[in-house]
Amino acid sequence: MKVWKTSLMIYGLAVLGAAVASNNGAPEDSARDSGSWDDQLVAVSPPPFSEGVFPCSDCHSPDDEVDRTPHVVDFHDTVHFEHDAENRWCLDCHDAQNRDMLHLADGRLLPFEESYKLCGQCHAQQLKQWKAGDHGRRTGSWSGRKQYLLCASCHDPHSPSFKPIEPLPAPIRQENIR
Amino acid sequence: MSQPKDPDWNQVSRRDAIKTLFTLAAAYTASGCSRDADKLTSFFHSHFKELSPDQLKSNLETWERRYKKRYETDIKVSSTPAKEGVLFGYALDVSRCIGCRRCVYACVKENNQSRDPQIHWITVLQMEKDKGIDLVDSTAYYDPEKVPEEGKFYFPVQCQQCENPPCVKTCPVNATWKEPDGIVVIDYDWCIGCRCCVTACPYGARHFNWTRPGLPREDINPDTEFLGNRPRPKGVVEKCTFCIQRSRKGRYPACVEICPVGARKFGNLLDPESEIRYILKNHRIFILKEELNTQPKFFYYFSI
Amino acid sequence: MKKILNLLFKGSASYYIWVGFLLVCIIQGLLAYGAQFNHGLIVTHMRDSVSWGFYIGNFTFLVGVAASAVMLVIPAYIYNWKPIKEVVIFGELLAVAAITMCLFFVLVDMGRPDRLWHMIPVVGRLNFPSSLLDWDAFVLNAYLLVNATVVGHLLWKAYKGEAYNKKIVVPLVIFSIPLAVGIHTVTAFLYNGMASRPYWNSAILAPRFLASALCSGPAVLLILFQVLRKITAFEIKDDAIHKVAELMAYAMGFNLFLFGAEIFKEYYSNTQHLVHYEYLFFGLHGQPSPIAWYAWTSLAFSIVAFFLFLVPATRKNLYTMNIGAVLIYFSVYIEKGIALIIPGYTPDTLGQIYSYTPSMTELRVAAGIFGTGFLIFTLLVRIGIALLFGSPEKSGDLRTAGGTPLVEAEGSV
Repeated sequence: MKVWKTSLMIYGLAVLGAAVASNNGAPEDSARDSGSWDDQLVAVSPPPFSEGVFPCSDCHSPDDEVDRTPHVVDFHDTVHFEHDAENRWCLDCHDAQNRDMLHLADGRLLPFEESYKLCGQCHAQQLKQWKAGDHGRRTGSWSGRKQYLLCASCHDPHSPSFKPIEPLPAPIRQENIR
Repeated sequence: MSQPKDPDWNQVSRRDAIKTLFTLAAAYTASGCSRDADKLTSFFHSHFKELSPDQLKSNLETWERRYKKRYETDIKVSSTPAKEGVLFGYALDVSRCIGCRRCVYACVKENNQSRDPQIHWITVLQMEKDKGIDLVDSTAYYDPEKVPEEGKFYFPVQCQQCENPPCVKTCPVNATWKEPDGIVVIDYDWCIGCRCCVTACPYGARHFNWTRPGLPREDINPDTEFLGNRPRPKGVVEKCTFCIQRSRKGRYPACVEICPVGARKFGNLLDPESEIRYILKNHRIFILKEELNTQPKFFYYFSI
Repeated sequence: MKKILNLLFKGSASYYIWVGFLLVCIIQGLLAYGAQFNHGLIVTHMRDSVSWGFYIGNFTFLVGVAASAVMLVIPAYIYNWKPIKEVVIFGELLAVAAITMCLFFVLVDMGRPDRLWHMIPVVGRLNFPSSLLDWDAFVLNAYLLVNATVVGHLLWKAYKGEAYNKKIVVPLVIFSIPLAVGIHTVTAFLYNGMASRPYWNSAILAPRFLASALCSGPAVLLILFQVLRKITAFEIKDDAIHKVAELMAYAMGFNLFLFGAEIFKEYYSNTQHLVHYEYLFFGLHGQPSPIAWYAWTSLAFSIVAFFLFLVPATRKNLYTMNIGAVLIYFSVYIEKGIALIIPGYTPDTLGQIYSYTPSMTELRVAAGIFGTGFLIFTLLVRIGIALLFGSPEKSGDLRTAGGTPLVEAEGSV
């Protein structure tokens, strides 16, 4: 995990630069992307892999025979797939040949730490808002360098909707403040 | 305003002379009786805006010594001036908030609120989706196992940093005012504890120290601001300052950083490139109790 | 002066009992306040949602009592209506005592009484003219000063056996009339100006304050005059008492009318702001309100008293009139002490309900302050009666007052 973090810190800026380059479509984005957005962002979290699952190539070899018909994979029983499950399955995002990478719809390979581009293929609006600092959580400086989180840091890519969490304690009623 | 530019501090020299005499007398008495000289000195502290730079510096040092004595730990008290060209604004996405109260407790920790008796600067209200924003039927005391609950939504309220703050208008001694960057602050050394401002605030944002705040030493955030999160005495009012000790140094407020769903947005309203301006431009925002003409710089919106 | 002191320290058994009782009130109040001073206002039941309570309610009531001295001053000096004129001084003594109590109630409500000097002009730093509390402090102190001056002058001249100086007294008395209206208006504005509290943010709040004050202050005086008349040399004609009662009937009628106008506006328009009246009279969310009982009592007392004072037969019958005066006193005390402050805060600005009722400390401190006020009033009245009504030869009276005073001034309600 630590290795991941360090390496991300190092090339986080480069990665984001690339992200900007490939997502320059919307006109209202271009102005923002050229200046304030990219050079002030630092990735803070690595892709949130379950313990011991990465690199995938430890188990999956590029030479493996792959059944490309969508089917339930019994082995990854921690994955509860609820992400348009009727129409999608593992290999829509994970690359069959290079298991340590993802791939975009057009087949281009994508490292996990750039997964937001993959998400953005369907969720263009969210990607745009995320880049603008509208969608998602950021920490750091409102006027300078900020740390950003990957989509997958908050949304489990296999089941992206937010799960209810335990609230912190309710305030003490004023009747009981003595 | 660490170096108050208010010109009238020059004109109060006679007053200062009187106070200095008192202070010297008090300090003399105090040292003679081996009592707390700093405590007596604080009694005669002038209003923040009337302090010369030297007096302010000595005030900050006095407080650092007093805190050291009271909490047996080093607490840094600074006074960071507002930046030119900055007006802070805050936006909260009501549709994303899940009512988890992470912000409430992050705020308590960051801003040295009293743990016992409990003081919260943020109140998260739970409302019914089929009733909409309806304060009378809301509750701050919801306590389910998991949030969000079906059919409910959540509406956090804290100081709205009004451009036209009724609390400031009503204070009889000028102990609270709006800073150039829009943050409404309180001089805890000047507040007389009349609670006019608590009554005047339409947002329940002002909180009174009904007794000496219970702040365990190990819970103290030692990085404090004079007009912000330094430990408060008994009998004065306190409130959210957009984490003045962070925001004036370019950082996000604690509640923004903790929010697990990213519902809280913050930035400079005067910077057209800022996140906050992006929100104002791209979402339909609303303010709470707009009919009161308080002109909050705290904006609510529903993004989904 | 020694004679005056004698007058204060020597008296009948009932005088000793009364003063002793007041001293007990004061001492237990001081003890309660001592605890509050040490622990903070947490020993009260005020909290962030209801941040003013019983203290400020009492303050408001007493401002009304003090202001209503004007009720007697206006006919006495403007219309030169003699039967009231000689009793005006007691209205002013009452005003002095009431204002003193007001200032104490504000003081005990402060979180930082040690910083009271921040409110002193020049030495402190005022937020004048925008803060209504500054205005209130100003008019209250001015009113206290004016009344104390008039009373002091009248008593001093009486002591010297000289006629009072009209050039001093008349302008001051006339000046005290707008001031009396002023103290109550400004106090009403203190609440009225809070746009955050729709319950108070009504333009007829100040008129309502004045109307109710013009009932409660004279109610105190009516009873007082009869007590004094019975046990001291003090004289007042029934005529004067009935005249005051008649004026009170008008004031109470107007007060009820204004209240009705408020009720109509709230219930007919039926906006969200109605919740405060609902809390006052019934309760919210199916929970009965702990103050509803008081609200209904206050309303019932007002209506009964209004008819007792309106009908000449009951007004001129001292027995029924006294019942009316007591009803009015309690009605207005509840109205100002409870029904004004608490519903304004309940529900609070975020719609949350904290059911406030005063704590034991608040009751004890309030009793202490009332004890102080009554003691001041008792002593002043005792001096006043001795000087003004003791006998045509006051000096002779005072000489004998050393042993057994000719006048017994157990003066208070």
